[in-house]
This record gives sequence, C-alpha cells and structure tokens, in this order.
Amino acid sequence: MLNPLLNGCARVAAGAVLAVASAASAGAAEGGMALDRAPAKASDVVSLQNGARVFVNYCLNCHAASFMRYNRLQDLGLTEPQIRDNLILTGAKIGEVMKVAMDRKEARAWFGVAPPDLTLSARARSSHAGSGSDWIYTYLRTFYRDPARPTGWNNLVYPNVAMPHVLWQLSGEFDAVDQTFKSHAEAASALRQQGGLGRVEAGITPGEWVLKTLKQATPGMLSALEYDRTVADLVNYMAFMAEPARAQREKIGVFVLLYLGLLFVLAWLLKKEYWRDVH
Amino acid sequence: MAATDKQPVVVTSAGPLNAPASALLTWVDQRFPLMALWKDHLAEYYAPKNFNIFYFFGALAMLVLVNQIVTGIFLTMHYKPSATEAFASVEYIMREVWGGWLIRYMHSTGASAFFIVVYLHMLRGMLYGSYRKPRELVWLIGMAIFLCLMAEAFFGYLLPWGQMSFWGAQVIINLFDALPLIGPTLSTWVRGDFVVGDATLNRFFALHVIALPLLLVGLVAAHIIALHEVGSNNPDGVEIKAKKDAAGRPLDGIPFHPYYTVKDAMGAVFFLFFFAVVIFFMPEMGGYFLEYNNFIQADPLKTPAHIAPVWYFTPYYSILRATTEEFTWMLAAGTLALGGLIWFTAKQQTVKLAGVAGAVIIAAAFFLIKAKVWGVLLMGGGVLAFALLPWLDQSPVKSIRYKGALYKTALTVFLVSFVVLGFYGTQPVTELGTRLSQLFTLLYFAFFALMPWYSKMDKTKPVPERVTC
Repeated sequence: MLNPLLNGCARVAAGAVLAVASAASAGAAEGGMALDRAPAKASDVVSLQNGARVFVNYCLNCHAASFMRYNRLQDLGLTEPQIRDNLILTGAKIGEVMKVAMDRKEARAWFGVAPPDLTLSARARSSHAGSGSDWIYTYLRTFYRDPARPTGWNNLVYPNVAMPHVLWQLSGEFDAVDQTFKSHAEAASALRQQGGLGRVEAGITPGEWVLKTLKQATPGMLSALEYDRTVADLVNYMAFMAEPARAQREKIGVFVLLYLGLLFVLAWLLKKEYWRDVH
Repeated sequence: MAATDKQPVVVTSAGPLNAPASALLTWVDQRFPLMALWKDHLAEYYAPKNFNIFYFFGALAMLVLVNQIVTGIFLTMHYKPSATEAFASVEYIMREVWGGWLIRYMHSTGASAFFIVVYLHMLRGMLYGSYRKPRELVWLIGMAIFLCLMAEAFFGYLLPWGQMSFWGAQVIINLFDALPLIGPTLSTWVRGDFVVGDATLNRFFALHVIALPLLLVGLVAAHIIALHEVGSNNPDGVEIKAKKDAAGRPLDGIPFHPYYTVKDAMGAVFFLFFFAVVIFFMPEMGGYFLEYNNFIQADPLKTPAHIAPVWYFTPYYSILRATTEEFTWMLAAGTLALGGLIWFTAKQQTVKLAGVAGAVIIAAAFFLIKAKVWGVLLMGGGVLAFALLPWLDQSPVKSIRYKGALYKTALTVFLVSFVVLGFYGTQPVTELGTRLSQLFTLLYFAFFALMPWYSKMDKTKPVPERVTC
C-alpha cells in the first residue's frame, strides 16, 4: 500500500536512530558501573515471604514504606494472624501502613539525610542500566569498609552513600581493592577478565583510572551464596511492594489480549463482508 | 402532533423500523435534526474508497480522547490536587482503589498513545497534502487541537507530583523568565507563586480537567464539521467531488457508514491490542511513558541530575537546548541566505525588498536578543511552523505519490530530524548531542523555509482523473 520509496526512507531513519542510540549508550556506560541482574522470582511465594521478613527486620527500622499496608502481605499467601505475629514489630494495626518511629529531623542529624521511603524504590531506581531491582540487588552486595566515611561504610554503586551496611552481620565485611590503569578501556577490560563487581572511576592523578573491586575481610553469618539469595529475596519483595497489582495486571492482561485477538478476527470478517461490494 | 396522524415509516440502513420506533424517531426529528445529522455525517457522508492505513489515526485519536476523558473522570474521584497529598493519592489509586491501577495506566499510556496517533495523523496530512486548498481550515483547526493537546499534556504531567513532574514544570515555566521586560512577572503569574507549589498544582489541575478538555472537545467538533464541509482527501490527492453520478454521489466515494465505521472498528481493535500490551505488560515503557524519577515524590530542595521532558516533547526541547549563543550565528546566516534567495527568485520588486529587509532585521535580532529567548521562540516556532504548510507548499500536486524526488528527500530529512531531535531531547547534554541537535534544528526549519522553492522546482508526475486503488 505504501510507496516503496517511503519504506526505504523509513529504513534509513531507523538505521540513523539505531546508530545514534548505540553511540549514546556506549557513552552512558562509561559513567557508573554495570549492574548485576536480580534473579526473577516474582511468583516464588517462599522468596517473597522471606524478603518481607528481611525487610521488616532490617529496613523498616529507619526506612518507612508509607504506601504499603501490612494486610496487603496477604497477597504473599500469609494470613492476618501470621502477619500480626511475625511481621509487625511495632505494634501497628494490621490495616496500617508501614511507618517508622524515627523522627525525620533527628534522622537528618544522624545520617545527613532522612532515610527515603522505600515503597517505590524498586521502580524509582530503574534506569537504562537496569531495573530498580537490579540496582538494589547490586547496591546491597557492594558495601565496603571505608574509615574516611562517617559511618565507616562506603558503596560501589552509590559512592559516599549516607547509609551504613545494615546487613553486615549476614554478609561479613569487605575491603576495597584499588588497581590503577592508564586508560578507562584497560581498567574495564581488567574488570571483564577478573569477573565480579567493580567500579571504574577517574583517579586523582589526571589520566589515571582506578578499578575498585571488593575482597572479603571477615566472614559473615551467611555464605556468599546464601547472602546473595537473601538479598535476592529482599529485592523480590521490594519489587512486589513497589507494584502489588503487578501479578494481577499480567494475569488479566493475557485474557484481555486473547479477547482482543478474537475480536479482531470478527471485526476483520465483518469489514471484509461489508467491503465485498466496493470495487 | 395529533395522535391520529399517520406515522411515516422510517427506513434506516438497518432496514425499516417497527412502528413504535419509527414514531419515536419522527417525534424526535420534528424537534431535533437527528436523521439529518446522521445522514450528513455518517450514512450519506461520502468518503473516498481508497483510504490506506494512515487514515485510521483520526478515528483512533478520537478513541484515545474518549479514553482520556473517561479514565480521567474516574481518576479525579480519588486524586487530591494538593502538594502534600497528590503523590500519595496517586499511590492510593494504584493500590487501594479497586481497578485503580488499570484506570491510571490507561490514562498514562493514553497520553503517550495520543501523541503517537496525532503525530501519525499529521504525517498523513504531510504525505498526501491534506492541508492544501480547500482544507486549510481543517488543518489550522487541527493545529489548534495539537497546541491544546500539548498544553493538556503539560498541565497533566504536573499532577502526579513526582520529581520529574515538579522539575519539568519548573524548567518550562522558567522559560518565560527569558522574555524581555514581562518575563519574570509572567512566570510568577503562571505559577501563582515564586516557585512551583500548591498554587501551581491547583491551577494546573483546573486547566487539565476542565478548561483544556472543554476546548479540546469543541475544537475536535469544529475539525470534523470543517472536514465534512469540504470532504476528505485521499492518498491520491484527487478531489472525488469532481466526478459524480446522476444522483450527485461521488463516483469514488462510499458512505462513511457502514463502510468506514466497520473498517475503523477493525482498526480500533488492532490499536487496542497494542495499547493493552503496554498497559498490562510494560506500563512504564522503559521509562518513556512513565519516567522512573517520577516514582519519587517532588522535592523542591533536590534537583535531579538529569531533567528530561516526556518523549513527545523532546524534539522541541532539543531545539530549545540547541539554541546556544554561537548557534545564533548559524541561524543569522541561514536567515540572510533565505533573504538572498527571495531577492534572486522573487518577481515583484516589493517582495524582493520586503524579503531582504525582513531577513536583515531578523538576522540582526539574533544578536540583539539573548540566545535563551531565541531558544524559546524557536521551540514555539518548531510547533507552529506546521500551520504555514498550506501556503508554503507550491507543488501542483497534493499527494506524495505524484510528487518528485525533491519533496520525498525533503520529507525524509525532516522525519529523520524530528526523530534525532526527539532522541537527543531525552539524553543528558553532550558535545556530540548538541552539535547534532543544531544540525538537525537547521534541517528541521529548512524543510519549512525552503518549501516554496523545492516544491515548485520538483518534477511531479501527472495526477490521474480518478482515485487508484
């Protein structure tokens, strides 16, 4: 139906867009660090429940989740008594949202910044480098000891973050290892060879690039594998909390598409029937 | 009317109505031109029979408009236009309101879908010369709809009160500051405060839910009335009214109803399929339909590192950012070149003089007025330039099917410019990005500014007497 020349034009345009996009993404990658992919376990109820447990025990002391009601945890296969007895540690009512007692003004004095609300973090932290879950999954696994920081902790994904490593008893302590390189490319390729997580940043001397990686200093209560799994569960829960309707949305979506697909066939047949007499 | 009067039997396209229905229709028709409207706009509105895929987008834009109005009504039932409550009320809709997430996603996806179908609808007009005589007013009313839609989208985007809502509005309103003399007063007047705040949110809410939708619906009605007065164009750019049968019906026309109602219904279902894919499986659309930063509540004390408008504004945002102090040299040179072109090609002495004088004045103004002001003016000019198309296009033919290589090249360059500008508008500023944006800004405006010349020089093909299929 379309002019073949227009098709040609469209191909040229699409090519130009791709070229521009790839140039830009190469540029963006130079800045931050590559993120680990959070394991996809959205339908794993055991993982979600464990994540909720970790969340209320470790995060909910400083961070609120002020759009999340406790009884919404029923979506994870828990009953109200189970939630009340195991997951409400503050004496809140089951219909209340996850608030914290910490005063925001005091928090600002202690940490320099009030701990942000975590309800939507798994969505808000998304970027073109990865999903918000990927970001949190990488972030919680890249804390290291840094005596120069007020809390004694620093982070590869979020340099100079105000938050201390609250899961350190589980993960153990890590030290940063700096390797110096002549160029960004050399540092990046060294990271690729070593594997694992690392951050490439400009060194203090101009033209020098530093590759920062982590080395375990003291063991934690969990093995590396167990710790990764715990963080994955926590991130899984946070993704649920950011959009509790997601599972329902995708389930309904399948039926909507099936319905519209069928309706399209009927609409097409109807159109064909009417248009038979148009010549 | 006396009850004993004999009722005429009304015959519709679905066949004769039964006696009570027919009586009711007659009763209405004696008081309101129901059947006349039905005939004029549907059953006996003759549309060309050769519409292609591009002709779905007008009807789809209407569908999306209805979607926005209906979902919008339900959203206002739980939304709170207050700086302290707005963000939480949106999350309340997403979590606590039954089906609220669906209504909200339909509305947020609908906003982007609106621009997709409207941009394609405008491209259709540019492909087949739908803006040419006698359809100039249809096109101009369409431009008014486009402006209205942009305002509607801009006001609506502040309402979720996320970081991008807040800072996007802040950046755009601050543009008024650049205007000489009245700038700062004007931007304060628009905000209703010295910063974007509760007053701004409340007035944007008022404009978004009542003022602009009302205007939009009225303009859409005017757009359709004007279109039905002159009749639809078609991919061949042939006037079907020129060849009629004995009964006065265009030979190449078919009644809009039932032919195009069933065809548009098919198109609507096709569109809804993809609309549903986004709503149910990718409502954020990779951060383009719902920006990630907007999941963080607005914080006037924390400026995001990178403020990007939503994708549909980015081509114009790119033009704004491309207009730097040094770029005004290029713009001045371009304006003078255009003046020279008028001098050497115009036939009348007065046109020659007016063209050159105008070019010199504008070129001088590029240095007298700050680049920031020019950025705002060019951004607006980039939107408004479409309105001049009916008079810029000097081609003897309407449709691209019979236009020559010059117009096809120019339109391709324009489309590439639009897409590249759009892409760079989403990105943080880089040296390469700025340079490319400047190049494509020049090409974007050259498409319009040079059209009177290349459309006339173009080698066109003969237009057939009747539409081809």
